[in-house]
Amino acid sequence: MGSIDTKKLARAVRLNVVRMVNKGESSHIGSVLSIVDILAVLYGRVMNYDINNPKLEARDRFILSKGHAGAGVYATLAEVGFFDKSELLDHCQDGSKFSGHVSHKGISGVEFSTGALGHGLPVAAGMALRAKLDDLDYRVFTILGDGELDEGSNWEAFMFSAHRNLNNLCVVIDRNSLQSMDTTENTLALEPLAEKIRSFGWHVQELDGHSHAALEDALIKHSKKPLCIIANTVKGKGVSYMENSIEWHYKTPKDSRFDQAISELGKL
Amino acid sequence: MRGSMIRALVELADNNKDVVLITGDLGFGLFEDFAKQFPNQFINIGIAEQNMIGVASGLALEGKVVFVYSIGNFPTLRCLEQIRNDACYHKLNINIICMGAGFSYGALGMSHHATEDIAIMRALPGTTVISPSTEDEAYFATINIAKHKSVCYLRLDKSKVQNSQGLGTDFEIGKGNILKDGTDYTIIACGGITEEALSAAYDLDKDNISCKVVSMHTIKPIDSILIQECINNSKGLVTLEEGNITGGMGSAVLEACLELGNFPPRMKMLGIKDDYVSVVGSQEYLRKSIGISKKFIVDLILEWNAS
Repeated sequence: MGSIDTKKLARAVRLNVVRMVNKGESSHIGSVLSIVDILAVLYGRVMNYDINNPKLEARDRFILSKGHAGAGVYATLAEVGFFDKSELLDHCQDGSKFSGHVSHKGISGVEFSTGALGHGLPVAAGMALRAKLDDLDYRVFTILGDGELDEGSNWEAFMFSAHRNLNNLCVVIDRNSLQSMDTTENTLALEPLAEKIRSFGWHVQELDGHSHAALEDALIKHSKKPLCIIANTVKGKGVSYMENSIEWHYKTPKDSRFDQAISELGKL
Repeated sequence: MRGSMIRALVELADNNKDVVLITGDLGFGLFEDFAKQFPNQFINIGIAEQNMIGVASGLALEGKVVFVYSIGNFPTLRCLEQIRNDACYHKLNINIICMGAGFSYGALGMSHHATEDIAIMRALPGTTVISPSTEDEAYFATINIAKHKSVCYLRLDKSKVQNSQGLGTDFEIGKGNILKDGTDYTIIACGGITEEALSAAYDLDKDNISCKVVSMHTIKPIDSILIQECINNSKGLVTLEEGNITGGMGSAVLEACLELGNFPPRMKMLGIKDDYVSVVGSQEYLRKSIGISKKFIVDLILEWNAS
């Protein structure tokens, strides 16, 4: 933590996740690629953690609420040293602990299992509240998908976190503007999103979710209010044919598609 | 039973600063003293049950001993997926207290009738499910679930077995209490409705029919040893609950019989049949209206005894 080259980390994670999804014949690769830069900056420059003591009390906590992007978390944790990278190719294999939706069981560094949407933020708020109750300094980070904001439980937690002034809580919204079947705006319009969350009592900042400098600058700062970063992202970022395509929420890159993805990501 | 529960919670919170009580904006007139005495251990989280279980999970992951409170189906059905994924899968020490077992809030209508909760909560892996019959059981259950490292569901009732002092006070999770001994038939009950079972047994005594009454306060894990004893020493077994028969306490007893490979000569499950009650009324009225009051138990056992 602190001195990792986040560009290199993000590239390695992207290559890993494409290989994992290819071998596991699993899905959600577009959603994973959308958040890789956020993960790289969190684990490379922002969060305090100890790979040799994953339960260190003073550590910062991270919950991936959009659990379907779990491959990104596994790959990031392996790249920063929580476990051996060779384990990653077990992803979605028979008997594997590396489930398609992120699971904590037996996997060093994963704080919390998710998969059903709208679960991460309330739990992150509970963890942040504990720091307040016990006068501890750690921060809690969570990444939410934008489509996930359709779930009402998030808005309960937005209200609660502001009410309790959980300024040690940071939500990053992966604003790729696509959800399962259509755009977020055609499905259940979120805009004006920043205004909405601001009106709930949060400090909101919008930025380019693939700019490491912008992410680091925003994430490193301590806010007086709970912090929400709306990270404008591209679903499928880094692989030309996956970018902004709903199809790659579901499909597995195989054969020539796989080769092309690896080739493009290797050049990043 | 609410009074016994809060008395226990005050003791727990006093002894352990990690005990946290969260209410979903219910408990007016109940929690004020607790909130005043333990301001850092009390949260009124608002009418937002999904967030309540999520926040409880976050706190429990960090080592807190969490109690959440609401009424009827609000702390269970409204937030069932949070209980399943966040609390149960992570094996957290979260204790869900529901006030309003069965028809406790009978006059308020079906939204407030907690009638499928036993079946649903016991279907979740790793849970402990308790429906006390007496004040003592409610008190000791509250004390005990704090130490029990699993998701516990405590179902409190407006009704209760009256004058139960001294009856089965050796409370242990998973161990039923014999409230009355008997040699002919056995009635296994849970919740406040156990009062109907006990009353029926005393009536049957007058006809020289001796009935054992068991408060099976813990539905999960069920007390198979006691069930085995009941099977061996009874001519018939009745289960009685103010909840749906499907998946309820009686079903748990029957599952235990299957596991034991041993069945009573006769068995009948009394509870709510597969429908909602669309009329309202007192707990007493609704029990009578659907055939789970004292009279029906007496009639059933008299009929068994005559044949």
